[in-house]
Amino acid sequence: MSAQPEPAPVELPPLHTLSLFVNNKPGVLVRVSLAFARRGFNIESLVVSEGKDERFSRITITCRGDRATLDQMVRQLAKLVDVVHAIDHTGEEAIEIEIALIKLEGGVEQRTQIFQIVEHYKAKVVDFGHDSLVLQVQGSSEKIDAFVELLRPFGILELVRSGKLLMARGRQTT
Amino acid sequence: MQPKTPTGAEKLVQCLEREGVEYIFGLSGGAAMPIFDALVDSKIELVLVRHEQGATHMADGYARATGRPGVVLVTSGPGATNTVTGLLTALMDSAPIIVICGQTISPMLGKDAFQEADVTGITYPVVKHSYLVKEAAAIPRIVRESFHLATSGRPGPVLIDVPKDVSQGPCDAPFTEELDLPGYGVVGRADPRGIEAAAGLLARSRRPLLYVGHGAVISDAGKAVTTLAEKLRAPVVNTLLGKGAVDETHPLHLGMMGMHGTAYANKAVVDCDLIMSIGARWDDRVTGRVTEFCPTATKIHVDIDPAENGKIIVPDLFIEGDARLVIEDLIPLVEMLDTHEWLEQCNRWRRRYPLKYPRKGGLRAQHVLDRLHALTRGEAVLTTDVGQHQMWAAQFCLSRSNRHWISSGGAGTMGFGFPAAIGAQFARPDDEVWAIVGDGGFQMTQAELATAQIHRLPVKCLIINNNFLGMVRQWQELFYENRTSGVDLVGNPDFVKLAQAFGVQAWRIRRAGDVDRVLKQAHEYREGPCVVVAEVVKEDNVFPMIPAGAAVHEMLIEAPRHRLDKPEGST
Ligand SMILES: Cc1ncc(C[n+]2csc(CCOP(=O)(O)OP(=O)(O)O)c2C)c(N)n1
Repeated sequence: MSAQPEPAPVELPPLHTLSLFVNNKPGVLVRVSLAFARRGFNIESLVVSEGKDERFSRITITCRGDRATLDQMVRQLAKLVDVVHAIDHTGEEAIEIEIALIKLEGGVEQRTQIFQIVEHYKAKVVDFGHDSLVLQVQGSSEKIDAFVELLRPFGILELVRSGKLLMARGRQTT
Repeated sequence: MQPKTPTGAEKLVQCLEREGVEYIFGLSGGAAMPIFDALVDSKIELVLVRHEQGATHMADGYARATGRPGVVLVTSGPGATNTVTGLLTALMDSAPIIVICGQTISPMLGKDAFQEADVTGITYPVVKHSYLVKEAAAIPRIVRESFHLATSGRPGPVLIDVPKDVSQGPCDAPFTEELDLPGYGVVGRADPRGIEAAAGLLARSRRPLLYVGHGAVISDAGKAVTTLAEKLRAPVVNTLLGKGAVDETHPLHLGMMGMHGTAYANKAVVDCDLIMSIGARWDDRVTGRVTEFCPTATKIHVDIDPAENGKIIVPDLFIEGDARLVIEDLIPLVEMLDTHEWLEQCNRWRRRYPLKYPRKGGLRAQHVLDRLHALTRGEAVLTTDVGQHQMWAAQFCLSRSNRHWISSGGAGTMGFGFPAAIGAQFARPDDEVWAIVGDGGFQMTQAELATAQIHRLPVKCLIINNNFLGMVRQWQELFYENRTSGVDLVGNPDFVKLAQAFGVQAWRIRRAGDVDRVLKQAHEYREGPCVVVAEVVKEDNVFPMIPAGAAVHEMLIEAPRHRLDKPEGST
């Protein structure tokens, strides 16, 4: 691994995590994503799934933007008829987890090194080919970021991340 | 014999009847035929329009004139897309309309069927809510929910897209009062702590100002706001859409604020030490450059929509609630303020900077509207189109009571005024209704002359004909060195002959001396619609004016002598 000169850090707006409790109906996701698109906000990750009651879904969204715009957006989202509630969990001590699958070139001569990293990150090898490897890792999004960075020099062929799952701690509402 | 199961369309129409719908404004087509067929046996009267946009503005005018939702029925594809402007207009101004669209049969959805358009998809950004009906059994609930959503909280448009197999197939679902809207709640009374805090802030103010918007009209808060103003001895201003909530001739009223508001209203905005928004949303036409809007004044914001909190202005106090209920709760908590000096000051401005216009040099729109006001005295329902005539009408035709002023504010939709007046006249057959329109905007929906004529509606249309897209010409003159581009309406029809071609009574005003006589003729004409064409001077400008993006204190009270920079504001 050669020491590359660090690229000048780009000032990204802060990352936020929102969770939405919504009606499980067609079109809801469009209504939600239009609120972002209208302001030119990029959604960094998005997870949608049924909740404990099939009539409702959970949407977890991470996006970047300034605080004031985001507060406004949360109010606009909460206003949607199909959104039961919208909560901004940024800065909260919530439980956050993400899963990633990483397909590596991983030639035989590099595998010892790769396995060391895999072990350190409590990751798993889920597919073992003669000229490729698929790894599975889970944990905080930051942990996955770091894991991916360490593997980059070995040649990443594909990367799929689940997006962040989030749940508030204790009896707090997600 | 068992009673026959109704079709989805019949059930839909029965549901509309149960909601108290009197009129449906619409235009038919293949996918909507079952619903039009069901209307044949209904007591609901179908008003056939000439263009679907006209139908939406009629429904909107009907809604704004009464508070009851206006209903539109159109066919799929182009019929539905023609309603988009009307949906935007209603959404921006919180008007309750319900647009029902025919749609291709469910199995063909997404397959580019004839006249298929993804109407729910196209309209997401311009509705309060929408439904694609997938099964006839859902019709009773969907209709009930749509009316509830359209009219409650912050009102707005709701769209119902009905595939033809659903409207044609059987529907044996019972009527229902039940709503399945877990994500929708409406506040009424506000948290008393907010009201107490407002009373506390008001008590410390020496130069308070009540800023009244469309929310006050919608919640019928005018009487309460007037009582509050009198009790506090605080002056009142209103937005373009807030006209009529509080009587504009009240001694405490300073008229309309904002881009083309009165100089004295805007001077009060600049100098107040507390501004309380009652159902208004700090629109950019009101605030001018936001960073310089009342920088030191305490700001209180009363709004039923919590999403307005902090959207433009971060207030010192936000009260979520219905405007009328909030003000009624506030009245007992306030006492008379020491505003003697402040009211004196406002009245000095009022005397020093009255609205005025030149009496010479040809027929002026201001003169015509001034005289229309003298004739109707705030008792007629006035609708307007968009442009210079709209601003002059707002300035000179003072509104005295709620729901007598109907204008497209947020969207600024040309073509709104005349059909909105038709809708208002249907809603209030015994009231005098005038549409005040420009020659440009009128031509966008003029085909509705036929609609008015067929129903012998006594609606009156005053066309302020300056042979220009006047408001844009004004901006080009002031900010683009008078390089006019695309504003000359050469080729205008003779509007008197045009009206006559529809069988509509029409008169022309050419000279100031004709104004009173012709307006009176129209005023007394009740046999059907009529048109008055005022041939006004071609180049005239609306003042006062706050150029878009300028601060309120930079208001131009009259025509500037120096060249102006291009405005930086939104539009
Ligand atoms: C549908 C639509 N198109 C364009 C505009 C932009 N616009 C605002 S005012 C105006 C001029 C209106 O001209 P006219 O109807 O003759 O009224 P005037 O200003 O002359 O009184 C235009 C083109 C608009 N508001 N709506």
